[in-house]
Parts: sequence; structure tokens; C-alpha cells
Amino acid sequence: MLLIRCPYCEEERPELEFRNAGEAHVVRSADIAAESDEDFEKFFFIRANPKGITFERWRHVHGCARFFNAVRDTVSDKFFMTYKAGEPKPDLAKIMKSVPAAAPAASDDATEDKPKKPAARRAAAKKGDA
Amino acid sequence: MRKYSVFAIAREALRGHKGWEAQWSSPEPKAEYDVIIVGAGGHGLATAYYLASQHGITNVAVLEKGWLGGGNTGRNTTIIRSNYLYDESAGIYDHAVKLWDGLSQELNYNVMYSARGVMMLAHNVNDKQSFQRHIHANRLNGIDNEWLTPEQAKEYCPPLNISTDARYPVIGAALQRRGGTARHDAVAWGYARGASARGVHIIQNCEVTGIRRAPGGAVTGVETSRGFIGARKVGVVAAGHTSVLMDMAGVRMPLESYPLQALVSEPVKPVFPCVVMSNTVHAYISQSDKGELVIGAGTDQYTSYSQTGGLHILNHTLDAICEMFPMFTRMKMLRSWGGIVDVTPDRSPILAKTPVQGLYVNCGWGTGGFKATPGSGHVFAHTIARDEPHPINAPFTLERFRTGRLIDEAAAAAVAH
Repeated sequence: MLLIRCPYCEEERPELEFRNAGEAHVVRSADIAAESDEDFEKFFFIRANPKGITFERWRHVHGCARFFNAVRDTVSDKFFMTYKAGEPKPDLAKIMKSVPAAAPAASDDATEDKPKKPAARRAAAKKGDA
Repeated sequence: MRKYSVFAIAREALRGHKGWEAQWSSPEPKAEYDVIIVGAGGHGLATAYYLASQHGITNVAVLEKGWLGGGNTGRNTTIIRSNYLYDESAGIYDHAVKLWDGLSQELNYNVMYSARGVMMLAHNVNDKQSFQRHIHANRLNGIDNEWLTPEQAKEYCPPLNISTDARYPVIGAALQRRGGTARHDAVAWGYARGASARGVHIIQNCEVTGIRRAPGGAVTGVETSRGFIGARKVGVVAAGHTSVLMDMAGVRMPLESYPLQALVSEPVKPVFPCVVMSNTVHAYISQSDKGELVIGAGTDQYTSYSQTGGLHILNHTLDAICEMFPMFTRMKMLRSWGGIVDVTPDRSPILAKTPVQGLYVNCGWGTGGFKATPGSGHVFAHTIARDEPHPINAPFTLERFRTGRLIDEAAAAAVAH
């Protein structure tokens, strides 16, 4: 079970108190009726589904009941941070710097870097030990 | 390929079992193939098998990043049924059930298909109405499905608790007698052996890291951990990793990948005659021929590629199992594991051409792909060979999420299934 930090309650609580609410930063069109089928498909159905860093919404349904956003690695299921709804999408590079043990590969470069990833991870772990 | 038979067993018994050959070969990859299938699970191997056996296309490679059948094919609870609501679903799942019946003979490989019946329990009025609607829809589509009273359900599956004191009493059940189970590993192995005997190359430990396209957009091959391999056509059959692979070709998918868990108990003598599913309290249970109770749990609520899930998900399922089958309360669980399932918004699969010429995708089977393995491979092979879908998989397009022509089994079942 995940431990999730609610940015409103400012404490870590067990996953059972929360509901996942899908990908974050998917913007609904101001004029949904005027949207093309292609754009509506992107908004409603198409999902990034990254293997690596994901931005997602959670709702503290059995707590303060508020929605917030989180940054999580979908390979290790570790959270990097959570932040309040409406706050801008955090910069991926900054998150990586702030978390030294973070996996070096993000979703965007997973395609090119995949074979190197395990080696890079091992190297990072060694540095941490020293 | 040497045929397996009672005579072969007798011959090898006399020879000290020295004449058995490897079931499939492991050749070095060639520079180029007519068709590359990415993913050597049941669906991918079945596709390769039917490409070779039905369409005469044998210059085929199946690339697998891990080992053959090591993904969801080796991780599911092996339930087979076809009692889906919509005509399109009934078409594809029943196509598969018809192929399951006779698959062992066709492959000359015992896949241990056992039509022991799949019973779906109703616990409330909504369940009852929904199942009866399914039963009528199924009968119109020529699929067997019948309504049982609690007493009839108990007769069919004696361990079932039909007490009215249960937290969620059983008020009836839908039974598909042709449903059942099969030996999941044998399905992958049987298709691999059949495909390999017809000249298909099965290449394990070969991860696809990129999909190369010509300036005009058509697929020219795949980059792999063992170098570039050319191909005119590429079929992606990668379950939970489909989004990652399709991203390499610049195609964004309506998929999300979730962990789905299952577990088995210690092996015991035969106690459980059929498959029982309860969508409402979320439990799936059958007994394998080895004697283990095979139990399916639900998905986690968040997307993940970790192949592991939360313990509370398993706990929840075991609570339900103990309530429905009190005789299992002291049973010890032996192993649990997770697989990554790719879920579409309408919970129906995508078997289709893609906007990229020469690229085909078979994905989105979500939490219930094993049952469709033979049918999925059969129609997907047709789609790749003819460059147009088989009538059975024609509705399962990628474009349906733009046109709105969904096959909404999600709404029909009201839970993951």
C-alpha cells in the first residue's frame, strides 16, 4: 500500500484514504462543444501512460476530500512530490536534482535510454553508498 | 517437429528418453523478416502460428524482451468464457472459445482446456437484472448462458455458501457451461512449438528499443538490444507495455497500465469443480489440476509498471472468498504475483491497423485477455497478412475513440472483468 502525502493536510496517510483520479494536467476545453473530434479524443481518451515519471491526480476522499497532484515513478511506485491543485506542473529536471536517488530516465527518453537504464541505476546506487 | 503420441512416449520410454527434441528452436535473428511480432506471449505466438499455418507467411520473427510466456500469459488465472454483452464482444470471444475446443488436437500439444463451467454469482437485484440481460443477449448470439437459482448453484458448486446470513448473499448465478480453464504455459509453449516448426523465429531476450520508419512514414524495422532488424510489417502485441512501444512509432494510445494480482493456495485434493466469479464482491476462483486454488484479485487504482500491487487488494479478495466458501478459511496461500494489464476506456481490446503504414497493434485486453488467445491470434494474423481486418475484429479499431463507436463492456459489466 502506498503512503501518500496530502499537500492540504500536510501529512502522509495510507492509500486507502485516497482515490486516484487519473492523469494530471489534462486541460478541458473552455468551449467543449466547438472542439474537433481529434481534440476531444486527445482530451478524453488518449493518455501518456508513461513508464517512468507520471503526473497524476489524487483525491483525499476519506480526509479533506480535496483533489491534488502528485509526481510518481511508475516503475518503483515511489512518490517524488505532491502539490496542490492549480499549481503549475513542476519541472522534471528540478525534481530529479532535488531527489538524488531518483531514477535518471524519465518517460520522455525511455525509448532511447532503455538498455542503459539498469547500468545507470546501479552506478547511481553505488555513489549513494560511498 | 516430431509428433507427440502414445507411440512416441512408448518409444522414448524404451530409449531412455534420449530422443525428445527441443520444442522450439532459438535461432540468431536474421537481418530482415516479412513480419515481426513484438511480444512472445500467448497472443503474439498465436499470431505467428496462424500467420504461418493459415496465411503461408513463415518469414516471421517473434521478439521477446524476457522469456517466452513470462508476462501476463504466465500470470493470469486462466479463465475462459465468452458470455459478453455486446455482439462485437460475443463475436470475438466466442470465436476464441470455438478455437479452444480442439486446440490441443490442432497443436498436437495438450493445452488442458477443461470446459468445467464458469459460474458468475449475483448478490443483489442489479446483478440479477444485469446477468439476465446478459443471458438473453448471449442466447441471441448463440452463446450458452443460463440462470441458476441459489440451490442450483450450490448443486453445481457444493463448496458455495448460499446462506441468507452471508454479508452478500447469493441470490442466483449465470452459468456458461462451455467456459472453463486451460493450462496457460502450455498455450504459449504449444503455439511456440507449432510456429517454430513452420519456420517462425522465436527470439527471446531481445528487447525492442525503437521502431524505425522510412521518410514516407512506413515501418522499416525495429531497433533491438541485439541490433536493428528489418521488417515490412510489425505487429505490437505487448500488453502492459503497448503505450511504451507505440510511443516509439509516434502513436499515442488510449491505454492505461495497471497492476493486476493473482495468488494460489497450497495444493489440495480436488474440492472445487468449476470456476466461480463474483464481480460484486470481487473474487475469482478455480482449482488447477495441480490442486492449487487459483484466485484472481482486482487491479490497483493507480497506473504502474511495477508488476506488483498492494496487499490490501489481495486481502479484500480473500475476505470475499472466505465469506463465499467458508471451508477455505484455514487454507494457506502459497504465492502471489502481479502483472501489468493495459486497459482501454471501454474495456474492449484494440486489434487493428494503425495510422502508421505497416504497423499493427493488438492490445487493450485489460484484465481478461487469456480467454481470447486463440481467437485474437487468428484474427490478428488475418489483419496483418491481408492488411485489412477480419470481419470479427473489424469493430475493434483504434479510431473508435475518435468516432465514438465504443464497445462499452465497461458499462455493461460495471466492474473490471
